[in-house]
Amino acid sequence: MDWSAIFLTLRLALLVCATLLIVGTPIAYWLSFTRWRWKFFVESIVALPLVLPPTVLGFYVLVAMGSRSPLGRWYQSLTGHGLPFTFEGLAIASVIYSLPFAVQPMAAAFSQVDRNLINASSILGASRIRTFFRVLLPLSIGGVVTGFVLSFAHTLGEFGVVLMVGGNIPGVTRTVSIAIYDQTQALDYAGANRMALLLLAFSFVTLSITYSLNRRVWAVWPMQR
Amino acid sequence: MAPDTLSVRIAHRLSNAFALDAAFGAPAGFTMILGPSGGGKTTLLNCIAGFAQPDSGRIALGARVLFDSDERINMPVAGRRLGYVFQNLALFPHLTVAQNIQYGIVKLPADERRARMMAMLESFRIANLIARKPNEISGGERQRVALARSLVTNPAALMLDEPLTALDNATKSKILDDLRAWNASHEIPILYVTHSPEEAFALGERVVVLEGGHILAQGMPQHVLTTPRHETIAQVVGFENVFDATVRSIAETQGTMLCQLDGSTTQLEVPLGHAQIGARIRIAIRAGDIMVASAHPQGLSARNSFQGRVQSIRREGVRVVVMIEAGATFEVHLTPGAIGALQLEAGKEVWLVIKTYSCNLVEPSPQ
Repeated sequence: MDWSAIFLTLRLALLVCATLLIVGTPIAYWLSFTRWRWKFFVESIVALPLVLPPTVLGFYVLVAMGSRSPLGRWYQSLTGHGLPFTFEGLAIASVIYSLPFAVQPMAAAFSQVDRNLINASSILGASRIRTFFRVLLPLSIGGVVTGFVLSFAHTLGEFGVVLMVGGNIPGVTRTVSIAIYDQTQALDYAGANRMALLLLAFSFVTLSITYSLNRRVWAVWPMQR
Repeated sequence: MAPDTLSVRIAHRLSNAFALDAAFGAPAGFTMILGPSGGGKTTLLNCIAGFAQPDSGRIALGARVLFDSDERINMPVAGRRLGYVFQNLALFPHLTVAQNIQYGIVKLPADERRARMMAMLESFRIANLIARKPNEISGGERQRVALARSLVTNPAALMLDEPLTALDNATKSKILDDLRAWNASHEIPILYVTHSPEEAFALGERVVVLEGGHILAQGMPQHVLTTPRHETIAQVVGFENVFDATVRSIAETQGTMLCQLDGSTTQLEVPLGHAQIGARIRIAIRAGDIMVASAHPQGLSARNSFQGRVQSIRREGVRVVVMIEAGATFEVHLTPGAIGALQLEAGKEVWLVIKTYSCNLVEPSPQ
């Protein structure tokens, strides 16, 4: 069992999910409240990773991070090393790759909340921030949990983007799915099977927990359709 | 200190088919906004609350300007200090009654917050519910909680969007009594939206009739509702019978005129209006103002009595709707007891009795 790959993958998934909560929530909020007529444009960009081949996404992320791009140069001048083939680079690529899995369930949940409740909160003098934390978030917690779990599970299993951006450096960018690929290539079927089974069981358990949790959440607040 | 008057003058185009264009003033006390669904009532409240921004106009509460398109003032919703009771109440489903009521006063110190909440719970008799969630209490109780949640913030004006439509009459009138008692000590403008003329009649100190986005009439309820000047108002405020007629004779000294209904020989004596003999007029009569007799009535003060035939009898809750053919078709509302006493049934010959002053003259819609 390649424990270093497992811990690296878990660390990556947790970091990505935490980042997505911070980055994805405002995007989801904006998407569900804006009346901007070009909003579909932003929706398409957020959803792009759903349809794009991971190699294409990985390729562009790699180019964008490379030492020839302004972003890559800026990062290099800041830290002294480049982003490609590092854990940080991998994390950034994963955040982009999993963005729709976090944003879509949250945006859907925010849109489900009765707008009169939001209006009631404002007319009672609450700021937007307070309305968000006191009314919108508690009533959309199911969607937020779903977004968190889906992006977690999605990050655990990603392969193409990791390979393009991170390569295969043990302890730095070698995730479980890469390790499985490696072991299969080396004809170590028993080792690959152990890792694959672990990933399968983990994914199944997280999804089961999410769905059971969501049902409970909706049973407590039946007004949320 | 004299309470502030809410003055509203706004234009707001929602679509090519519908635009709200309204101007009125609401001093302290109940102002009823009456009109059919789709007449612009909720849009009006949304503009005042700030949920929607009017295209142009001015909304002010006393000296405080909430919205002014000329001066580019549009106060944020949270700063308007208004109370709003939504049609669906919009109680926070995940919070208890106590948390709901304290939602708008969180900035106060804890002990004052609690004192204010308890006073509110007391006035609306819901102190026993504080630990419950909204889905664990009855419709009437939810209504009281929604009122208490709005009023505990001491709003400068209160808006109620058809708040009591789902409640039975007894519950409704108890809640209104409590609201009126509260209003006696906190004089603020209360805008009460309803599509029920009965409610407008019973409650309002002033009535604003809103249809198709326009104000058709405003003023004292008796004035607006009993002498409808436009045909649309007559329908809005519940005149079930509207007839076209021609003036046949005028009795100036009696203050009456005799009019013949179109397409029939039936003549009605109506109050004198600004009309010449031969002029076309419209007459509106409430279904509840028409009496029915099984035999020719005698010794009556009512000037109009004529024969007709019962066409149909339909029960609607506690009242019975009887359609009677007497030259024109009259809709009459009776009690179930009256139906039994008169042994009314379809095809039966009856006499209709209508007082002169139950006949309201209506101007055709200005279109």
